[in-house]
Amino acid sequence: MAQFILPPNSRIKQGEHYAAPNGAVNTRIFKVYRWEPDSGENPRLDTYEVDLDSCGPMVLDAIVKIKNEIDPTLTFRRSCREGICGSCAMNIDGRNTLACTKAIDEIDGDVRIYPLPSMRVVKDLVPDMTHFYAQYASIRPWIRTQTPPPPDQERLQSPEDREELDGLYECILCACCQTSCPSYWWNPDRYLGPAVLLQAYRWIADSRDEDTGSRLDDLDDAFKLYRCHTIMNCASACPKGLNPAKAIAEIKRLMVARQ
Amino acid sequence: MQYRTPIKEARGLGASHHGTAHWWMQRMTAVGMVPLMLWLVVGLAMHTGGGYANAVAWLGSPFNAIVMVLTFGVLFYHASLGLQVVLEDYVSHTGVRLALVLAVRFLALLLATAAIFAVLKIAFGG
Repeated sequence: MAQFILPPNSRIKQGEHYAAPNGAVNTRIFKVYRWEPDSGENPRLDTYEVDLDSCGPMVLDAIVKIKNEIDPTLTFRRSCREGICGSCAMNIDGRNTLACTKAIDEIDGDVRIYPLPSMRVVKDLVPDMTHFYAQYASIRPWIRTQTPPPPDQERLQSPEDREELDGLYECILCACCQTSCPSYWWNPDRYLGPAVLLQAYRWIADSRDEDTGSRLDDLDDAFKLYRCHTIMNCASACPKGLNPAKAIAEIKRLMVARQ
Repeated sequence: MQYRTPIKEARGLGASHHGTAHWWMQRMTAVGMVPLMLWLVVGLAMHTGGGYANAVAWLGSPFNAIVMVLTFGVLFYHASLGLQVVLEDYVSHTGVRLALVLAVRFLALLLATAAIFAVLKIAFGG
């Protein structure tokens, strides 16, 4: 059955408290999920008091400051700090988003930070993305054609056809939508999830791709595609403002159109 | 120790190629139920308190009996399709899921047959 209660070794315990440095006036409390695979202990929620007067405006700035100045053992992924790499996807204030584009002052009360839900945790805020990436690879996300490429130029696309990819090509595969989807929580082994289905549609919608039928064949499955019940968590989670539910609806429409 | 690659796990057994048929049939039966349910609610509302004989006469007329049989057929078919989706969502053990889907399908068929039989019995003067 779908699990609604955490197993005993996953229940989160109260962790350490790191007080603000003396003289800090503008402090904010950050509660951060911590788990070490080697310790054998349950996950814990550490509390950090961060001096916002010497901290950048985003949540990522705060956790980088925590790692640099308060607790170097805190582990998380980060890279571009401008919302294009997707590395710092995590659950902040109850919503999946990118720590680098989420402003601290958008959040009321304590800032609670957890890893992306439903994924196996590697350490602290680092989830295991192996299966997600494998699912992405399984749709063979590259151009597939029968016609060989023209010898002297690129494959052409009209501006109108290029517009079909707007709202799709911007996806950075951060997995915020994927891990916010209850259907993906219950059936991650077989359901491809909103991010992978949006990517699948990105290739179905591409005017240069010639393998549309076989792409649809590969999705025509009660689990791979039809676990989507238009819950729309994906659209509300996406830090890039995309709508994976709409892309999935387009796939379903094409499935009916070719019957 | 397993040496299967992540892509082997992700691709699994591949697509069944009949997900769309199930989904589309669920939508078609839902659309079909709109007029049928309107007819049923209006029909029942107009005949409340009219007594047993009155109700039997209403249901026994050819038009009403045909629509009622149709309603039961579509209703139980739609219900079994919908319950199968719920089971696929929440029951991860394949053996248990298969058993429950079978039970739902058989129960829906039994209830539909019994309900249709009851309508025919009234219509043909049982």
